[in-house]
Amino acid sequence: MSKEPVAVVGIGQTKHVAARRDVSIAGLVREAARRALDDAELTWADIDAVVIGKAPDFFEGVMMPELYLADALGAVGKPMLRVHTAGSVGGSTALVAANLVAARVHGTVLTLAFEKQSESNAMWGLSLPIPFQQPLLAGAGGFFAPHVRAYMRRSGAPDTIGSLVAYKDRRNALKNPYAHLHEHDITLEKVQASPMLWDPIRYSETCPSSDGACAMVLTDRAGAARAPRPPAWMLGGAMRSEPTMFAGKDVVSPQAGKDCAADVYRQAGITDPRREIDGAEIYVPFSWYEPMWLENLGFADEGEGWKLTEAGVTELDGDLPVNMSGGVLSTNPIGASGLIRFAEAALQVRGQAGEHQVEGARKVLGHAYGGGSQFFAMWLVGSEPPDS
Amino acid sequence: MPEVLKAPLVVEFPFTRSLGPVQSAFLTGLRERVVLGVRTRNGRTLVPPVEYDPVTAEEIRDLVEVAPTGTVTTWAWNHAPRRDQPLDTPFAWALVRLDGADTALLHALDAPGPDAVHTGMRVRVRWAEERTGAITDIACFEPYDSGSYDSEPYDGDPAEPARQAAEFENPITGIVAPARLDYTYSPGRAQSAYINALADHRNVGECCPSCRKVYVPPRGACPTCGVATLEQVEVGPRGTVTTFCIVNLKAKNLDIEVPYVYAHIALDGADLALHGRIGGIPYDQVRMGLRVEPVWTEGARYPDHYRPTGEPDADYDTYRELL
Repeated sequence: MSKEPVAVVGIGQTKHVAARRDVSIAGLVREAARRALDDAELTWADIDAVVIGKAPDFFEGVMMPELYLADALGAVGKPMLRVHTAGSVGGSTALVAANLVAARVHGTVLTLAFEKQSESNAMWGLSLPIPFQQPLLAGAGGFFAPHVRAYMRRSGAPDTIGSLVAYKDRRNALKNPYAHLHEHDITLEKVQASPMLWDPIRYSETCPSSDGACAMVLTDRAGAARAPRPPAWMLGGAMRSEPTMFAGKDVVSPQAGKDCAADVYRQAGITDPRREIDGAEIYVPFSWYEPMWLENLGFADEGEGWKLTEAGVTELDGDLPVNMSGGVLSTNPIGASGLIRFAEAALQVRGQAGEHQVEGARKVLGHAYGGGSQFFAMWLVGSEPPDS
Repeated sequence: MPEVLKAPLVVEFPFTRSLGPVQSAFLTGLRERVVLGVRTRNGRTLVPPVEYDPVTAEEIRDLVEVAPTGTVTTWAWNHAPRRDQPLDTPFAWALVRLDGADTALLHALDAPGPDAVHTGMRVRVRWAEERTGAITDIACFEPYDSGSYDSEPYDGDPAEPARQAAEFENPITGIVAPARLDYTYSPGRAQSAYINALADHRNVGECCPSCRKVYVPPRGACPTCGVATLEQVEVGPRGTVTTFCIVNLKAKNLDIEVPYVYAHIALDGADLALHGRIGGIPYDQVRMGLRVEPVWTEGARYPDHYRPTGEPDADYDTYRELL
């Protein structure tokens, strides 16, 4: 028996900001969920199951917060699952929900991911002082900056590429009312003049810390037929993982990422992603990860990804727009960031991305990664249902 | 087998909570010696109040005042109170249904012993002398002899529509919720052996019997092959900087002047780079391929930093798999 086609019929997110002091965690997730239901013109009673994700519990200090969020998400009396795969969790969460529909376990599933980073300090949560261990000498940016240098050495990319990505993403964010950073006076010169935090990563090439939530309503073919607005159809979805560190790990282009993309493309019948895909929402927390992931995802040959960025191909009006929403560089409620990528991909193929809409987008990739480049989750969505 | 290391590990953090409208009203009420519940559309009164109806998922905001007296619905005796619990003498954890409420609130019940506690007993709030807008504004519950049978239900006034939180001056909108976890941490056999060898300034890793890769520090198993690594291999002390970054942002918990270089260093003979700081050379002259050796300070568990050996730089192809 073939899989049930999966459609996105509702999308909702909060306006992402540094601190939502006006709402509880329950209030925050409720806001995104309510907007997704409204978009789908459904009620809580129409939802068969809830799949929720967030990054480590230390990020808010509420252990297993899903237990107390059941009321806010209308999950009482229904199955509710929590997914956790570090920074990629938003993507994994959407895929777990999608698989429940594809397997015909449930007809309509609400999936949601969130982070309320203002309630804690993610840097603290990521650097607990473990006895006997050498303290981490750098922080999240310091952890990834040597990988960026390795990419620059391997590809020969000029050192301006990172600033081009940041300048593009921050301008795209100005067209997205939900984005956290709205830097109206952004210029390339300002990005390039921003302080070098972890050379080669500058301040303006790093992501912010945000409070936010994002939700989607996923449904089956029958649900899609009742939807008030055009659905986005899942054409392929996959997750892969590998150890954080192992001898021979390619930190610049991890094998798990390549395998994950290949699986998605196989499911979707994509043989030439560069030509067949109209845009991509890629998890880029530090600007240099755009060219790195372009290669990892097969949009460019190894060592060539930066040339797409430099040539303007990834601009909103380019041939392969990347992070039309402003990306993680403009909005980063960690646990939600992957789901936002997936949701933004769906918004594009539904033609509902507003000012950051890519004209005629028919197939768009959503991508998330997490941990020490060890978890990957991706999906490809399209404006037409998959061939049955 | 040599002794496996152990050490205490305390993880604690003052998390903040933004309360939202309902918890804000509830905690502000406690500060004013008022207990608020929330009424659902079907007429139930939930204490403590919640923002969303557990049955219908509706947003509920109809706050009502309930009595400071109530009935124990169930309980458990706490023989040995722990740090930061409401009372420092033995007490009962009790679920108390306040008069006017349909649900029970968890709190401490001060009683002389378990024989003095029973389900159905009547209790009342003992308010804390100093109240800040927190659940601890209720210091605890205490037995309450109303002069009637103690299991008799409350027959006072029904719950009245409450003073809204907005009527309280200076409502509480956020609290600090400190969390603390006490562990005994053990790094395990492999890491203990590695750390013990470091005391003699020796880098002892472990080799995978299957793929022959050498891991320093060792984890006790090969992450690729999934088999135990028991064969010890000494590597280094010299190594190669495979990649690095220059840290310009001073970390709160580190007493290191910025800028400094944080590097991946592949010790000679190891198949995975470890992390360290590079010194003894201006930060802007550090490069991939630089040959380095550890510099130890008295009594330190790890090298303080690594410095150039003066050897010619390693060829990129010799370390490209070790970034």
